[in-house]
Amino acid sequence: MKWLTNRKLSVILLWAGVLAIWQLGAWAYGPEVIPSPWSTLLGAKELVADGTLGTYIGISFFRVLVGWSLGSLIAIPVGLAIGKVNVIRIFAEPFLNFVRFIPPIAFITLFLIWFGIGEQSKIALIMYATFFIVVLNTFTGVLAVEEDKLRSARSMGASEWQILLHVIVPATLPYIFTGIRLAMGTSYMAIIGAEMIAANEGVGYLIWNSRLFFRTDWIFVGLLCLGSMGFLTDRLFGLFGRKVLYRYGVVGTTGQR
Amino acid sequence: MSVPERSGLSNPANTIRIEALRKSYEESSAADVHYIIKDVDLVVKGGEFFILLGPSGCGKSTLLNIIAGFVAKSGGRLQIDDVEVERPGRDRAVVFQQADSSLFPWLTVRENVEFGLRMKRMPKSARRTISDRFIGMVGLAGHENKFPRELSGGMKQRVQLARVLAGDPAILLMDEPFGALDAMTRRTMQKELVQIWRETHKTVIFVTHDIQEALLLGQRIGIMSVGPSSNVAHVYDNPLPYPRDVGASDFYELYSRIQSHFEE
Repeated sequence: MKWLTNRKLSVILLWAGVLAIWQLGAWAYGPEVIPSPWSTLLGAKELVADGTLGTYIGISFFRVLVGWSLGSLIAIPVGLAIGKVNVIRIFAEPFLNFVRFIPPIAFITLFLIWFGIGEQSKIALIMYATFFIVVLNTFTGVLAVEEDKLRSARSMGASEWQILLHVIVPATLPYIFTGIRLAMGTSYMAIIGAEMIAANEGVGYLIWNSRLFFRTDWIFVGLLCLGSMGFLTDRLFGLFGRKVLYRYGVVGTTGQR
Repeated sequence: MSVPERSGLSNPANTIRIEALRKSYEESSAADVHYIIKDVDLVVKGGEFFILLGPSGCGKSTLLNIIAGFVAKSGGRLQIDDVEVERPGRDRAVVFQQADSSLFPWLTVRENVEFGLRMKRMPKSARRTISDRFIGMVGLAGHENKFPRELSGGMKQRVQLARVLAGDPAILLMDEPFGALDAMTRRTMQKELVQIWRETHKTVIFVTHDIQEALLLGQRIGIMSVGPSSNVAHVYDNPLPYPRDVGASDFYELYSRIQSHFEE
């Protein structure tokens, strides 16, 4: 069974197996229920040819990227403050633990009312999806900084501000990084939900709208695009972590060391 | 409260004077307060190598943390050159037991050693001169650009030592710094610490539970009683010349006298 441990070979075999099962399913249930890999490819060609797929991917990607970056940028200082200042934590923690159980999709209608049907409401939704995960991870990281590190910095004459900047932030980076990376996943979930309900463009809109034409092959195209977009951004982000943040103990991609 | 005489000081500056010091984590107004340390009287002279010896849990680390300014005392006095100690200061540097939790893993050896200097906004070239000197002193020349995770336990403790020496503190507070090292590395580190102490004339307070280590290193050994409410019960002079020989008969004699304290 040594061939199983060969990474490349096993990955190829895995995907061949997935394709085979997919094809078998398509034969068994017919194209209305499960479009075959080939007809999905043809559907994709159609969507690429009239330019919709490229535009939709671009738009969904833009929304996720803006909302996710803004959400993270706001969440990091908030998380640091919650972790560093006891008074803030006492008030913020129960609130955080309440709100984080409300999924972003539950807010779609409210966000549409509050921020309008334009881009703002979608970006706000992604920010919401990002914010709490990053805040929670950041302040958990701050609380996990060893007392000895703070003490040694203090006895070497570092001010509280210097300790925050030169000890707490670098020590917390792996936690922040993990938070941001997890938030990427929830961002994709949130944006698809938002686009299904209130958008005229985007991958979520494609998936939702295809039901009107009974084009299950387009739905499959949308699903595959989502998976690839998530996979690629996660890989890129992991690579960034491994290369740039290596000294802070950030582990890039799970399973690869 | 009688204060021990300040006789025979080798270096009258940087004297640590402790009187009736006590520490409790409970409210001092409570009727039945549980003290970790109580009635601690001690004078550590400037330039002296002083050992705090005692079993685990006797409060010797607590005492060290109070001297460092990390932990607030519940009562009594703690003065360095007649100034009351309230908070951490650059005059006292601490070598922690665990290098992994006290070193900054995202900084290289050199950056760790220069940390305190960088916080003082010392220019880079001046920092480099100092870090070169102390990295050399602890025998880590050639390892400047390594990260702590690439070093052995003994080397990490050397980094800690270089890091505190770079700040040129008057007093070194060491909390069982060699406790986690293997016996051979520990032996080397002990010899080198004595060497560094003799070169730099620092006041050293060294916490340990190892009688042999105490006898190898210190000029005086303060024995802490078993807690709670422990204090420095006895202070032994150790006049043996450095470097000390574990096999010598006077070493053994002192060893058995101190050993007898812990057998009661």
